[in-house]
Amino acid sequence: MLLNEMLLLGAVLFCIGVYGVLARRNGVLVLMSIELILNAVNINLVAFGAFHDNVMGQIFALFVITVAAAEVGIGLAIVLLLYRNRRSIDLDQVDLMKG
Amino acid sequence: MIAEHVAFGIIAAVMVASALRVVTTRDIVHAALYLVIVLAGVAALFLLVGAEFTGITQVLIYIGAVIVLFLFGIMLTRSDFDQDEETDHKRKFPAILTALLLLAVMIGALVDRFGDMELDAAPQTTAEVSDELFSQYIVPFEAVSVLLLAALIGAIVIARREEGG
Amino acid sequence: MLSANIAAAETAGKAVAASGWFLENAWLIWLFPAVSFLLILLFGKRFPRGGSEIGIAAVGASFVFGLITAIQWISEVEGASGGSAEGEYALGAGGLAAAAEGEASGGVGALTRSITWLTNGAEAIGAGIMIDGLAVMMIFVVTVVSLLVHIYSTDYVAGDRRYTHFFAFLSLFTASMLFFVTASTTIQMLVGWELVGVCSFVLIGHWWEEKDNSDAALKAFFTNRVGDMGIIIGVSILFFGAGTFDVIGVNEAAINGSMSHTVTLAAALCLTAAVMSKSGQFFLHTWLPDAMAGPTPVSALIHAATMVVAGVFMVARLYGVFFEGYAIGGSSINTLALIGGLTTLVGATLAFVQNDIKRVLAYSTVSQLGYMVMALGVGAWTAALFHLFTHAFFKACLFLGSGSVSHAVHSFDMKKDMGGLRKAMPHTYRTFMLGTVALAGLPILSGFWSKDEILAGTGGWGLFGGTGGNGAYTVMLAMGMITAALTGAYMTRVVYLTFFGEFRGHGTPHESGPRIIVPLWILGGMAVVAGFINLPAGFQLVPESWEEKFLQWVEPVGVSYFPSIAHATPSWTLAIVSVIVALIGIGAAYYYYFVRVRAVSPVATELPDGPTSRSAVARLGHRILVNKYYLDWLYTTVIVGFIKGPLAKAAYWTNQNVIDRVVNEAGTRSVQAGNVVYHKVDQLVVDGIVNAAGKISDSSGEELRRIQTGKVQQYAAIMFIAATILAGIFIIVI
Repeated sequence: MLLNEMLLLGAVLFCIGVYGVLARRNGVLVLMSIELILNAVNINLVAFGAFHDNVMGQIFALFVITVAAAEVGIGLAIVLLLYRNRRSIDLDQVDLMKG
Repeated sequence: MIAEHVAFGIIAAVMVASALRVVTTRDIVHAALYLVIVLAGVAALFLLVGAEFTGITQVLIYIGAVIVLFLFGIMLTRSDFDQDEETDHKRKFPAILTALLLLAVMIGALVDRFGDMELDAAPQTTAEVSDELFSQYIVPFEAVSVLLLAALIGAIVIARREEGG
Repeated sequence: MLSANIAAAETAGKAVAASGWFLENAWLIWLFPAVSFLLILLFGKRFPRGGSEIGIAAVGASFVFGLITAIQWISEVEGASGGSAEGEYALGAGGLAAAAEGEASGGVGALTRSITWLTNGAEAIGAGIMIDGLAVMMIFVVTVVSLLVHIYSTDYVAGDRRYTHFFAFLSLFTASMLFFVTASTTIQMLVGWELVGVCSFVLIGHWWEEKDNSDAALKAFFTNRVGDMGIIIGVSILFFGAGTFDVIGVNEAAINGSMSHTVTLAAALCLTAAVMSKSGQFFLHTWLPDAMAGPTPVSALIHAATMVVAGVFMVARLYGVFFEGYAIGGSSINTLALIGGLTTLVGATLAFVQNDIKRVLAYSTVSQLGYMVMALGVGAWTAALFHLFTHAFFKACLFLGSGSVSHAVHSFDMKKDMGGLRKAMPHTYRTFMLGTVALAGLPILSGFWSKDEILAGTGGWGLFGGTGGNGAYTVMLAMGMITAALTGAYMTRVVYLTFFGEFRGHGTPHESGPRIIVPLWILGGMAVVAGFINLPAGFQLVPESWEEKFLQWVEPVGVSYFPSIAHATPSWTLAIVSVIVALIGIGAAYYYYFVRVRAVSPVATELPDGPTSRSAVARLGHRILVNKYYLDWLYTTVIVGFIKGPLAKAAYWTNQNVIDRVVNEAGTRSVQAGNVVYHKVDQLVVDGIVNAAGKISDSSGEELRRIQTGKVQQYAAIMFIAATILAGIFIIVI
């Protein structure tokens, strides 16, 4: 198996995730896209770990999973708060920082 | 070797297709379910390259917990189940451009740098991972557990209903 | 980390003989109150007594364990002095470092047990317990005072809205201090040190709704932070000098010279800064009297047993570093002794002018801590710790007594709201007198023995015909003597203003309840008898087996981690002289208050034509004392003001003169250049360019404003694109 197979898959997933983050208006869908990005990173970490025959890659992937779990928790709480205040989670309407 | 390639190819194809559906489908619940497929694919890839513990963790944490969290989030933020709200921006061009540009750069870099290096997937056992995690990485480990606790409390504080409101 | 510690210790516990079980499992002593803290915090409100029962039970358990540990330790020491204890401590616990250190030359070494807490590169940092006479003594003091304070508090803060919270932090405070005194590594000491600081912050600010209280808490915390930098740097220096965080290893490295003297001195100086803040030494003592804003039981706990003696304990624990760093043996002055000596004088003089009874006691604590630090500075290690031991009891007694008084009159102001309480509060009066006499150092109460040992330990008493000691610290002896007189005098003042004369407050004060009286009597009793534990050698009236027990039990002898210090021989002459000096102080104050002031009127608090109204010098002195030697003014106005004022001014000046001038200069030059261009270049072209530039910047501003949409995703898109372009550039370049 080639190292690049994994890495390229990771790159593709990453870009799909980036597209999702930029193109989606729904808060929950944006969070899902972020999950795609994080998983793409994990694929890279584990692939490099296996490539160098080193468990470090796995350990960092585990840390990323943990942090992602925390991020989802906080992110969904924020989305929930947003919904409660505006009855909508359309991110286009969240533009208080408009210049 | 061939079997490995075939397995990888199938998993990768399914994952890419599902990932595309995650970011394009108009039904949020469907998006969550497609996300499950992608995450399961990632777990399968981990097992394929011998990272068994991370693969299992991926299943437990992501498919077991994170997706459930997403479904709850969807449930709580959708008062009526019709599709009156747009899920996407009208103009998708900047997003597509950004993603393609990024993809081009990354593919260029990866092909250029890693060409055809072989990945021999020697299994890394859970024991090895735990040995490393609880000796070398014990401080980050503790820090992450504190982070999780903080996130837990933070989520509760943020999402809690104001009293009387 | 906690669970790992328990697990490791349990596996080890099976492998050792039962006789030393309490010594080997001394970590339980701090674990009880630590668990109690969590329990009270989580479930305290559901208990019928608001969680106080958990705290008392936990501290009680710690006390019992501490007592048994002390007994086991004493029996080991007694056994060793019989010559049979060699090697008894070597515990072969699988995978654990458990052994007695330095039992080579007949002494009993400290029992240390540790687990590897974390490994960083090649350096393993351990965590564990180090039990020796010093730790055992501290455990005893902390648990006794803490237990009594807990019981006392159930009455004193009854009905307080944060009752449960209060007990939770009392528990944590106790646990932190116990953790600190049993620490086997400097890292652990650092942790305990900081924990104690945080707990004191919380407890001093217990009634934070009043701004004074929260200010006092902040002041305590920030002043301590100054010193905390000292301990952090000091511990780091010691690590790089000795290559280990082990207390024993650090001390050994300092003593056997493998750490250079310069390094040791630097570390000792840094640690001294920490001692100055935590133990309220001149000139970082200013937080300590303000800390009286906390509830009285907390003051008692802070000032008698826990927080402020942490600094003294730290010096005692790392004595090798201080002894070698300051070259205590054989010199006649050093930083530590000087700081202690100054502190003891400063504290005693300031105690004179306070009207708040707790502030008098606070300055008295400052003064007595100065005594201890001075004793450590002159090499009288045992005397310092003996004084810590006795001081803990009589000062706790005094503090709790003052709390009992204020409980009755609802005030701390001696001049306005007290007086004549002798009749109304007989128990409080009697115990307070016991504490006072012990503090003043009159025989045969505890303060007499410990103070006298310190004075003897200065070794600067050639004129009294004594011998021994580590050097000739004559100045320190003089400072100690003067303080002895001052101490007697200010305590006489407090006693008169509080308990004699006529009552000046409102209402009728009543004696406090049994939960306040009983701890007072116990502490009063301890104030009487605690001194007998270390009767000087050669004392004719008691059997020889009673002599110098404290020295024998607490001081490490013949071990590699403790410097060999010389002991002063006690002198009757010195003892008599110091008692006479104290009596002079008491007598002077007695004459002033009990005779002259009382003759004016039973409610008078000072003479109408006292020395301050007659003599300009006395008036000046009084003003300096009332303003606490202008130290607070120095800190807030001069130092902070200097940083705030001139720094801001300098910035403003730079802004006005340098930057503006550059801008103006540039402007002038460009105008000149513009004129030249105007004359040289066709006006139409220039106009065209200028107008075009204006239009471009106008429209580009309009365009750029549109980027500031407030929409996060557009920002994200820009960020991604920028990152991509940068990454692309990097790839191409590299």
